[in-house]
Amino acid sequence: MTHENLISALYVFALAAFLGYQVISRVPPLLHTPLMSATNAISGISLVGSIVTAGSGHSTISTILGFVAVVCASTNVVGGFVITDRMLKMFKRKTNTDSKN
Amino acid sequence: MQIYFIELSYLLASILFILGLKGMSHPETAKRGMHLAEFGMLMAIIGTLMHHEIVTYTWILAGLAIGSIVGLAMGFWVPMTAMPQRTALSHAFGAFAAALVGVAEYLKGAGHLDTITMSALGFEVMLGSLTTTGSLLAFAKLQGMVRGTPMTYKGQNIFNMALLAVTVGIFIYLVINPGSMTLFFIMAGLAFVFGLLLVMPIGSADMPVVMSLLNSYAGLASAATGFVLNNKVLIIAGTLDGFSGFILSILMCRAMNRSMTNVLFGAFGSAATGGGAGGEQQGSMREVSLEDIATQLAYANKVVFVPGYGLATAQAQHAVRELADVLEKRGVAVKYGIHPVAGRMPGHMNVLLAEANVPYSSLYELEQINPEFPTTDVSVVIGANDVVNPDARDNPSSPIAGMPILEVDRSKSVVVLKRGQGRGFSGLENPLFFKPVTGMLYGDAKDTLTRLVQAVQHA
Repeated sequence: MTHENLISALYVFALAAFLGYQVISRVPPLLHTPLMSATNAISGISLVGSIVTAGSGHSTISTILGFVAVVCASTNVVGGFVITDRMLKMFKRKTNTDSKN
Repeated sequence: MQIYFIELSYLLASILFILGLKGMSHPETAKRGMHLAEFGMLMAIIGTLMHHEIVTYTWILAGLAIGSIVGLAMGFWVPMTAMPQRTALSHAFGAFAAALVGVAEYLKGAGHLDTITMSALGFEVMLGSLTTTGSLLAFAKLQGMVRGTPMTYKGQNIFNMALLAVTVGIFIYLVINPGSMTLFFIMAGLAFVFGLLLVMPIGSADMPVVMSLLNSYAGLASAATGFVLNNKVLIIAGTLDGFSGFILSILMCRAMNRSMTNVLFGAFGSAATGGGAGGEQQGSMREVSLEDIATQLAYANKVVFVPGYGLATAQAQHAVRELADVLEKRGVAVKYGIHPVAGRMPGHMNVLLAEANVPYSSLYELEQINPEFPTTDVSVVIGANDVVNPDARDNPSSPIAGMPILEVDRSKSVVVLKRGQGRGFSGLENPLFFKPVTGMLYGDAKDTLTRLVQAVQHA
């Protein structure tokens, strides 16, 4: 990584940190569990790194490592989003007509 | 042109991730927000598939297919009560992927890595490795495969610190001499071991903090991957995750009144083990009859339910909602008091009750519900212990002194639903159980609540 790249990456990191703090602190305790699974799913973006590793055919070992990483990362992403969606669907506000399921 | 498309898809993904998390500020906007984030992820993946370095798609597609199937299975079949375990497992998967990419990049670089890349790579592999094993152990503890009580031994903290020092030492050496492949693998191996040792002394009740920290580390490992691969969307997503976990763990620490340094040096376990010296309580616990409680509930003006991890283990969330429904039909105001560290991860109780169709407007945070206890006719404590222990407020020498609690003892009457006379996870005696205002109702929570529903209907 060149020095220019590093500096701009650090800018991004710093801005993301400040932004993250602002956005996350507005999440109520009610939604902390879906927040955890959502941030977990989003950080699964490291899948894109695994994809390149698995497909660049650099060497047998890196292809194997990449393949395993793709499996793990996609499990993380898909599972994470499915679970978050499931959880969020359950949060209902009070309805005036009390329906018995 | 190709490059632009990929980079634009990453930019789009970054924006959508941020919007997605912004939506988390309210249940109504959260669902839409998540769909945006999912679309962003999809775009980023499609964009990556066009990367010029890719020569073969076989392994990629196979991996995506297998991972998606496993992910779907995990997502759909896991019951809500196993939410903490599933999250721990997910952290492990994500962190492991990051660690593997780090190893692959190292092998690709074969000793010609510049200082900056090597440093980021080192962080990526160390964080990824320790989070993998730490999360797996957390999973095992939560699932009951490994005992939940803290596993400590003499000199543990010193040993852990020494191990960490050695690992970091090797890391620094590698930054200067990236070619030492053996040392690199030793460093990774040590990090794997450290992850286990870090989580070993954690007691089940401290899990919310650990889960948040592991969430944070997994994110930071992704961010480090971003530095290695010069990929900004990884840096952004990883940092968002990293900070989210970090903020949550600080909130959890505050809710238990423990300092962050205490947390960072992995010394949680010791606070819990010191708890046995709470001393014997004077007086006795008063057992009450179901019918008596049913009558109290039926004729109350305001009832507050205080759930704890016991609600989850008894799978009694549906039963408590049925009881709340029956009471509300009689005109009783029903509220739920949720302590931030009730359960095994942040927001655990909220999700459990939401699954039982409890509207989120009935769920109250600690600061909101505490002032209401003096005007509450009956407080029903279900499988909660430390979060309602008055010693945290009254006894400065208690191991949990200073921890904010739900002050149920200020209610007009308290009912505690408990399986038996045991002391619970932290081993602390709870003076609430011995107070005259409190009645104990023993038995399985689900069973008790179901019978209470019938009794209230006939009251």
